[in-house]
Amino acid sequence: MTDVQMTDVPALAPDEAQQKLKFYQKGTFTVGNRLISEGERSVQASQARSNALTSGHRACQGCGEALGARYAIDAAMRASGNDLIAVNATGCLEVFTTPYPETSWQLPWLHSLFGNAAAVATGVAAAMRVKGKKTRVIAQGGDGGTTDIGFQCLSGMFERNDDVLYICYDNEGYMNTGVQRSSATPPAARTATTPALGPEPGNVFGTGKFVPKIAVAHNIPYVATATVADLHDLERKVVKAMAIHGARYIQINVPCPLGWGAPSCDTIKLARFAVECGLYPIFEAEHGRVTHARKIRKQIPVREYLKLQKRYAHLFRGGVDDPRVARIQAICDAHIAEYGLLGDDEEV
Amino acid sequence: MDHDFAVTLDVGSSLANHTGSWRTFRPEYVHRLPPCNHACPAGEDIQGWLSLAEAGDYEGAWRALTRNNPLPAVMGRVCYHPCETACNRAGIDASVGINSVERFLGDMAIAKGWAFAPPTAKSGKKVLVVGAGPAGLSAAYHLAMLGHSPTIKEAGPAPGGMMRFGIPKYRLPRETLDAEVARIVALGVAIEYDCKVSDLRATMREGGFDAAFLAVGAHIAKRAYIPAGEAAKVLDAVQVLASMEGEDRPLLGRRVVVYGGGNTALDVARTAKRLGAEEAIIVYRRTREKMPAHDFELEEALEEGVMMKWLSTIKNVEAGSLTVEKMVLDEKGFPQPTGELETLEADSVVLALGQDVDLSLLNGVEGLKIEKGVVQVGANMMTGAAGVFAGGDMAPSERTVTVAVGHGKKAARNIDAFLRGEVYAPAPKHELASFEKLNAWYYGEAPKTVRPTLELARRSSTFEEVVAGLDESNALYEARRCLSCGNCFECDNCYGVCPDNAVIKLGPGNGFKFNYDFCKGCGVCASECPCGAIRMEPEEI
Repeated sequence: MTDVQMTDVPALAPDEAQQKLKFYQKGTFTVGNRLISEGERSVQASQARSNALTSGHRACQGCGEALGARYAIDAAMRASGNDLIAVNATGCLEVFTTPYPETSWQLPWLHSLFGNAAAVATGVAAAMRVKGKKTRVIAQGGDGGTTDIGFQCLSGMFERNDDVLYICYDNEGYMNTGVQRSSATPPAARTATTPALGPEPGNVFGTGKFVPKIAVAHNIPYVATATVADLHDLERKVVKAMAIHGARYIQINVPCPLGWGAPSCDTIKLARFAVECGLYPIFEAEHGRVTHARKIRKQIPVREYLKLQKRYAHLFRGGVDDPRVARIQAICDAHIAEYGLLGDDEEV
Repeated sequence: MDHDFAVTLDVGSSLANHTGSWRTFRPEYVHRLPPCNHACPAGEDIQGWLSLAEAGDYEGAWRALTRNNPLPAVMGRVCYHPCETACNRAGIDASVGINSVERFLGDMAIAKGWAFAPPTAKSGKKVLVVGAGPAGLSAAYHLAMLGHSPTIKEAGPAPGGMMRFGIPKYRLPRETLDAEVARIVALGVAIEYDCKVSDLRATMREGGFDAAFLAVGAHIAKRAYIPAGEAAKVLDAVQVLASMEGEDRPLLGRRVVVYGGGNTALDVARTAKRLGAEEAIIVYRRTREKMPAHDFELEEALEEGVMMKWLSTIKNVEAGSLTVEKMVLDEKGFPQPTGELETLEADSVVLALGQDVDLSLLNGVEGLKIEKGVVQVGANMMTGAAGVFAGGDMAPSERTVTVAVGHGKKAARNIDAFLRGEVYAPAPKHELASFEKLNAWYYGEAPKTVRPTLELARRSSTFEEVVAGLDESNALYEARRCLSCGNCFECDNCYGVCPDNAVIKLGPGNGFKFNYDFCKGCGVCASECPCGAIRMEPEEI
């Protein structure tokens, strides 16, 4: 499918439109809001949500990826009228949801190899087209299966503009196999392969890649980043992506309590802090251009975010801040400047 | 089932895998005490009625409010709202304007003619209430709602007590007061006016009363010895404010000096300005910081042109002038004379030095204990005499309308228990929902709606209300700023944020429950609950 077809995309998701009227009220940023009508609330607030990733899965306590996957797939299920197939790369998400012979998925779901999810999804989309079905296709994987191992297939899917929404759940490392570094692991973070040893412990600066930008460079119809700390933004982006045909990419920041070394109850707090300090910019881009950035609501220094995680503990040894904290802050400041993350909280 | 090659097991759902066994902590839904409710002297469930108001159910909100306080329109005007001082929202932007929403509901109830629903069963017990002030009215209302038959005997010609004879009209219009009293009377409360009780035991015997609640207030102005010339015009504040209710307005002259530093002194000075005085000067022996009056009232008075003479005492009063002495505060904060004198011109001097209680009706009642001029009562509001309860200004209290209303309610509940031969046991209080128990990130910022104040020019020359009310749109705005501290408001956060889909949504009004078969105990729901209504408890293993 080479032509990009646009179906009707509302200027604002209905629930967001409501909330603009009542931005000051309690419940504004919560999952639901009893003061607005059922149809205007988020998918996750609904008793009828599909729970595409249901209970009994074997993810760790407080798993951000399990949460992000349910958020995204439930929204896509509603947007596609429950006519959806998911293709999964190898990774935590695949392992903890489908230990033979059980599955947590409540939709047709396929797993082939670590690196080929985008290519398999392309094939599924082609098959649906040939069979004359309107079934939509999602490919999903972790950052390892996306930014490293599956990157060639992903880039191919982008440049062919195949009708697939690829969702990357970014927990910044290979968590399933014992927390090894990926090309999405941030600088200074300790992993099993970037230990907190030597003069500059943890992951080195100046490496890795930010796939959303690479996706934007493919000039595909839609690219977005999202976070489990902002459900309304995430759902709006999935709904918007589902209304577009062609190659689409959403990368969701999903904290990993195990790999990041944080209490399981802090998962959403970590995601929130990552966004509020500017380290994880939340934006969307259409056809190669950044069109929207989610503003920081309450800016915090990156130090507060780092301090919550044991993978950065070496930056605060002996009660002294490592000078590299300032370098990470500089990265945040650069993101804030690049995407215009500060300013009026009235969004564009 | 026939299996394909190399397949040995049937496909199953992960629902067979009960991950709840991983759990070491379990989340539980709890109720915590909101700080507003905790601070309310009248014991209102503020959060409860705000919650109804924010959904647009104003009548429901009013009914919930009046379960504890029968005078919302009055309270919405004269209460010093300690609830707002305690409000957690102040930690985000500004506290919720609870008082103004209360007034909005009270005014709407009057406009719509909402009435109290009388109880279905009567106890046949008669209770004497002495005094138709806020404490007496509140007690009579609650007693009537509990099925008893209260009779109020009031020494004055009209109901309200200090709400009528102490609080000026510009703060509390009399139509509002009358409307709320009429609603209590309509419930079956008898009020006898000009009926001073001088012998309590005799009145109770003759009337066949089973118990009595005393709330005569504090109406006797305290005097200070000030040498005064024969022609000097020295009045007291109680007398001046009470005479505002009669036909003849008090003649205070062009220059009025008020002596004292309480809210009453400000009321008199502001009243004097409205009566046409060119100058109203308050003489107070200490400083603004030490003044017992509320600061917002002082601000309003200053805006209206009332002048303040701090650190001064009146030495003597002559016709047309008086002498004041400058004071200094010693290291303990007490004012000490300096000997430095000054003359002020004044046509009249009004003393506002506090009030005493007329305790004459208690003569011959055995077992009573009186200390510092007020009747001592126990935690159940009962005096030393069995069946005789007391409250309001005549009992130890802060002497505000709200405290009096609270006394009335508390006394009524204890009288009810007393009449049934029981002891009233208040429900145990929940743990306080303090600010750190909330996840404030989820609340958007919004400034408090400021009640429009009348233009200064109009305000200082008339007795129209100074503070105007909210209309429906901004009352709703204000109600919706409530954070619902400590009590679930069904925001769906726990239901949404659970990575294990282990929260069951029970539908509108029914809240949620945990599915402990699958809850791994990660605690995300408790961390992300905006209002602190989930607590993690260690699992017993």
